[in-house]
Amino acid sequence: MARMKFLCDADRCIECNACVTACKNENEVPWGLNRRRVVTINDGKPGERSVSMACMHCTDAPCASVCPVNCIFSTDDGVVLHSKDLCIGCGYCFYACPFGAPQYPKVSNFGTRGKMDKCTFCAGGGGSEVPGSIEEYKNYGANRMLHGQLPMCAEMCSTKSLLAGDGDVIAQIYKARVIKRGYGSGAWGWITAYREDITV
Amino acid sequence: MRYLLARARFVFAAAMVGCLVAFAAPALAQQAGVPINPQADVVDQQTLLRKSPRIQGEINQLDPRERVLIQPAGRTWDYFHQVVLRWIGAIAIIGTLAALAAAYFVLGRLRIAAGRSGRKILRFKPFERTAHWLTAVSFVVLAITGLNITFGKALLLPLIGPDAFSTFSQYAKYTHNYVSFAFVIGLALIVAIFIKDNIPDQIDIEWFKQGGGFIKSKHAPARRFNAGEKLVFWGALGMGVLVAVSGYLLLFPFYVTDIFGMQIAQGVHAVIAILFIALILGHIYIGTLGMESAFEAMWTGEVDYNWAKEHHDLWLEEQLAKGRAGPRQKLPSATPAE
Repeated sequence: MARMKFLCDADRCIECNACVTACKNENEVPWGLNRRRVVTINDGKPGERSVSMACMHCTDAPCASVCPVNCIFSTDDGVVLHSKDLCIGCGYCFYACPFGAPQYPKVSNFGTRGKMDKCTFCAGGGGSEVPGSIEEYKNYGANRMLHGQLPMCAEMCSTKSLLAGDGDVIAQIYKARVIKRGYGSGAWGWITAYREDITV
Repeated sequence: MRYLLARARFVFAAAMVGCLVAFAAPALAQQAGVPINPQADVVDQQTLLRKSPRIQGEINQLDPRERVLIQPAGRTWDYFHQVVLRWIGAIAIIGTLAALAAAYFVLGRLRIAAGRSGRKILRFKPFERTAHWLTAVSFVVLAITGLNITFGKALLLPLIGPDAFSTFSQYAKYTHNYVSFAFVIGLALIVAIFIKDNIPDQIDIEWFKQGGGFIKSKHAPARRFNAGEKLVFWGALGMGVLVAVSGYLLLFPFYVTDIFGMQIAQGVHAVIAILFIALILGHIYIGTLGMESAFEAMWTGEVDYNWAKEHHDLWLEEQLAKGRAGPRQKLPSATPAE
């Protein structure tokens, strides 16, 4: 079974935000929520790098660990999904997430958050909905995984900076790139998310 | 005319050659000398994380929270919440319950040594009792709904299943959020009413020396509140303020703090709340099971003369001096029919 991961090759990212747009469009993500974002480090200075970031689908996901109602879990593919049927909107997953991935639709009185929303690796939801159904699409977005497809953000990436798929395969691709061009600023977030790095 | 054209052609060609040389020079120099390193100014994530616990950058979204790219402290907070906090909670609460059980079996219920006199004296006015019970009821509700967040999934979820547990937790969360206001009002009233009787003084040292009334042969002096009650008062005030401030930071997330502030607020809220619960368990014990007549004081407002003499002698003298004690005969056994 493949272990699904994201990898952003920051030396290729041109901060075009197509991944953000692709994600919003593919999953009909509500206004105000961003399952993916592009963060630019040293903006406008020498050594500027942009990193596309969303839920990294961590190994031993801290969000799942702290959830007081156990609504977050990892699938056999290593994709971290959650059930909006069970979520109580306490916000603990945001405190635990190393990547700021969880999103909350409501900002109303006394910090009411509504049901948490986040990247599903385009693998549908972790609730009671039938995989691939309209209900699942409404609550969680596309289930591309069901049709053997990878997340839309990575598929749309114009420079192939953002890679999604089997962790071993994308690590190999990144390694080959680093060897060929002679440099690489590293697999951003991998040590924190997967407790391993890509050594070239 | 032809001559002029030829001249122009020559100037143009010369200019082109000049350009070629000018632009090609760095390229040639590069091949010969130092290669350009596009990584020269790039800092990798490990270096950035050594400099600061959170890597931050610029974003195209409006939410400032999203500026944080990586915060490994999330895993640290996870460890705190799932391991450290649970141990603190289990030790503090089970430890307190064990100590109280031991106190009950060793010391037993502290009776009024001289028995009931039948004469009553007013200890707590209706308004004082209202403030106490407002705080007490809201504290118990907050404690149960709060403990549910940390221990519910281990203790309650396996019993009632995920759907029922989620529904309960959802309402528990709302209850916790709204009842907090009742608790803060109650606490503020208690502080305003009782602070004048809770200022520490010399008698408190004597009270501790005498074993706080637990050693029956000795006489522990006290005014309206003894040193133990004063400890509960100041403990409740200090921990109440900490729990309330951290709680309202959690209730209004990211209004005044960033992600680090939220993690610290949750940690302070949870640890202090558990110590608070341990303290209040002790308070509940001594106010009900642990001591005869203590519960009546807060429930009916009146206590027996002999109880007051044994536990709050100086207060009783003050009250008698003010002429506030009523010579009422309430116990039927104390006035045998003749």
